Amino acid sequence: MDKVSINQLSCPMPELDFEIITLGHGSGGLLSNQLLESGVFDLLSNEYLDQHHDGATINLTGRTAVSTDSFVVSPVFFPGGNIGDLAVNGTVNDINMCGARAKFLTLSFILEEGLTMKAFWEILVSIRNTANEAGVKIITGDTKVVERGKGDQIFINTTGIGEVHPTAQIGVSQIKTGDQIIVSGPLATHGVAILSVRQGLEFETTIRSDTRHFNHIVPPLMEAFGSHIHLLKDPTRGGLASVLNEVCRDSRKGIDLLQTAIPVLDEVNGACELLGLDPLYVANEGVFIIFADSEVVPGILEYLRQCEGCEMVSVIGAVTSDHAGQVVMQSAIGGRRVVNMLVGEQLPRIC
Amino acid sequence: MKFINEYRDPALVEVLMERLHKEVSKPWSIMEVCGGQTHSLVKNGILRMLPDKVRMVHGPGCPVCVTPVHLIDKAVYLALHERVILCSFGDMIRVPGSQMSLLEAKARGADVRILYSPLEAVSVAKENPDKEVVFFAVGFETTAPANALSVIQASQEGVSNYSILASHVLVPPAIEAVMNDDDSQIDGFLAAGHVCTIMGMEEYYPLVDKYRIPIVVTGFEPVDLLQGIYMVVSQLEKGEARLENQYERVVKKEGNVDAIGVIHQVFEVSDREWRGIGAIPMSGYMVRENYSAFDADRKFNIDIKKANEDPNCIAGLVLKGIKKPQECPQFGKLCTPQNPLGAPMVSSEGACAAYYHFANTLDKNL
Repeated sequence: MDKVSINQLSCPMPELDFEIITLGHGSGGLLSNQLLESGVFDLLSNEYLDQHHDGATINLTGRTAVSTDSFVVSPVFFPGGNIGDLAVNGTVNDINMCGARAKFLTLSFILEEGLTMKAFWEILVSIRNTANEAGVKIITGDTKVVERGKGDQIFINTTGIGEVHPTAQIGVSQIKTGDQIIVSGPLATHGVAILSVRQGLEFETTIRSDTRHFNHIVPPLMEAFGSHIHLLKDPTRGGLASVLNEVCRDSRKGIDLLQTAIPVLDEVNGACELLGLDPLYVANEGVFIIFADSEVVPGILEYLRQCEGCEMVSVIGAVTSDHAGQVVMQSAIGGRRVVNMLVGEQLPRIC
Repeated sequence: MKFINEYRDPALVEVLMERLHKEVSKPWSIMEVCGGQTHSLVKNGILRMLPDKVRMVHGPGCPVCVTPVHLIDKAVYLALHERVILCSFGDMIRVPGSQMSLLEAKARGADVRILYSPLEAVSVAKENPDKEVVFFAVGFETTAPANALSVIQASQEGVSNYSILASHVLVPPAIEAVMNDDDSQIDGFLAAGHVCTIMGMEEYYPLVDKYRIPIVVTGFEPVDLLQGIYMVVSQLEKGEARLENQYERVVKKEGNVDAIGVIHQVFEVSDREWRGIGAIPMSGYMVRENYSAFDADRKFNIDIKKANEDPNCIAGLVLKGIKKPQECPQFGKLCTPQNPLGAPMVSSEGACAAYYHFANTLDKNL
C-alpha cells in the first residue's frame, strides 16, 4: 500500500448542537454520551473500543512493556503538530525505548470547560491518524471536564502496552565502557518550535516540531542488532544533557561527548543563540539515543540513515571508565567542560 | 551559522593560543568584566587551555547579581499585590530576595511574566487597563535603551498603568571600584563588548590613564575572547596601557548615538547600591523627574527595609574578583542553583553558576 500522508487523513467534524465543551460533557450522563456518540467513537473505532465496555480485554504473550505519560503542552497547537500527536508519539516512543513494539494505547482526556469542539475534534483526528500510522490501537479511554480556569484547555494521559523484542536486553546495567552513543537526529527542534509560539516569546521561524514515533524503526533495529544494543533513551524534558547525566549517575560510568558531532539544525541553533538557550537542555520529541557495542555502530548508522527523520544520525560520544558519574564534553574549539543536569527550567538570558 | 562559526573556529583558536603561549613571560591577572564572557570562557573550556601564567578573574558584570536585595523584595511585594502584573527578564525571577524569589511569588499566585522585551510589557499594560504593569528594568548600559524606549512609548501613547522598577548599573564605575579595592590585583581588563556597542569607548580612556592599565573591548565568542586576552597580554608584556578594540565588527568608538540619546532622555546618572559590593557613587541610572509617573519606585512609594545578606555568601568577594567561586566553603554544598544563597549562583551570567554548570569537579585547578 502506498504511504498515505497524514494531511490527507482529515475527517470532517460531525454536525453538533454544541460548539464548546461544558461540564455536562464529563458528567457520564446524557451529554457525555452525546459527545462520544457524536463521532468520537466512530473516529477511533476498532474491535476493542466498539465494545463500549468499562475496560478492554487483550491477549499478551512474551515480555510486555508498559509506560504511561501525561501531556500538558502549551500551546496545544504548535508548528508541526498538536497535543494529540504528542500524546500518541510520546507514549509509543517510551514503549519503543524498552526495545518493544507498541500495540495498544489507553487514552484519557481532562478537558477544560469552554474548549471548542472544533479544537477537540482536530486533536482527536490527529490522535486517530498518528495511532493508525504507528499501528497501535486505542483500546479504552475516559473523558473528564473541569471548570473553566481549572485546566489549560486539554490535558491528555496515554498508557501504552507493547511486545518486547525477544532478543532485547535493555537497561542502564547493560552499559559497558567503550559503548558508543548515537543520537538519531538533530536536537532541540521540538522545544524551539514550542517556544516560538509561546506567549511573550513569539518569534518568526520556519522551525516545526519533529514529533514522531519509532514504532517502525526500533523493532527492525532490535531484530538486526539485538543484545548489542544496551540502552535506548528518549531525551524529552531536560534534553540530552539531563538524560545522559541520569545514565552516568545510574551506571556509575562516565560519558565523553564531542560537541562538533552533536547534530542541531542551523535555524534551531540560531534561535537558541538568540534566546540564550543551550540545545543540550532543550526538550526533544523526534529523536532517540542508542548506547551500543562499537562493533555494530556502522550497521546501526547505515540502517538509521535510510529511516525518515534519522538522516542526520550521528555518533556523539562514548562511555568511559574515567570521571564516573560525569558527562564531559570536548567543546568545538577543543576545550573540555562538564555537562550537568538541567536545574529548574532553562531561562532566557538578560542581555 | 554565519557570524558565529567563524568565531568558534578551532584552527584560529589554535593559532591564537600558540601566540599567547609565546607572548606571555610573566604572571598576569586579567579581569573580564562581563558575566557573559565568564560563561563563554568556562563553557568553551578556554580557562583550562590558557597558559598557567594568565589568570582570568571574573568581574562584577552580572546585572542580576548586583541588583540589591531590597529591590527584589520590592518587586516581590508589588507582584503579590493583586492589581500588579510584574514583568521581568527571565534571569531575574529565580534570584532570592530576603523572603522569596519572584518565582516563589508566582507559585503563591502572583502574576509574574517572563518577557524578552520591555516593549512587550507596554503591550501587556495596554491589554490590561485595569491592572498596573511593572517591568523590572534590570541591567547594565546594554538593556537601558530598550527600557528607556518603553517609558517613552508608554508616555507618548498615554499608557498610564505602565511603570519600570529600574536597577541600572554602569560598567566604568565598577572598574573604578575594583581598581580602588586594596585586595584586588588586576593587571588588565576585557571590557564588555555589548555595553560598548551602546556606549562607545570614550568613557574608558580616563580609566586607562588614571590606573595605567590596558583595557581591550572584547566580544563573547572563543576567538574574540582569546584575541582580547592576547591583546591585553601583549600590552602588559611591553609595559603599555592603552584602550584597544577587539570587537571592531560591532563596537564603534562613538557607540550607538541614537540609543545613548534615548537613555539620556529617560535616565540620569545617580548613586547606586550594588548587591555584595556596596554603594558606588554615580554608578547607575535613575528615572528623570519628568518621567517620574513611569517610575515604579516613586509611583508605589513602598517602604521596604534593607535586608541582610546570607552571612554564608561571599558573593561580594566573587564579584570583585577577590575569590573564585569554588573557594567559597558553601560552593556546591549549602549553595547550589536549586538552593542559591546568593545571586551569582542563579544568573546565567553569574560566575558561581558558570563554575557549577560547566566546570564542577573537573576543574578544581582553575
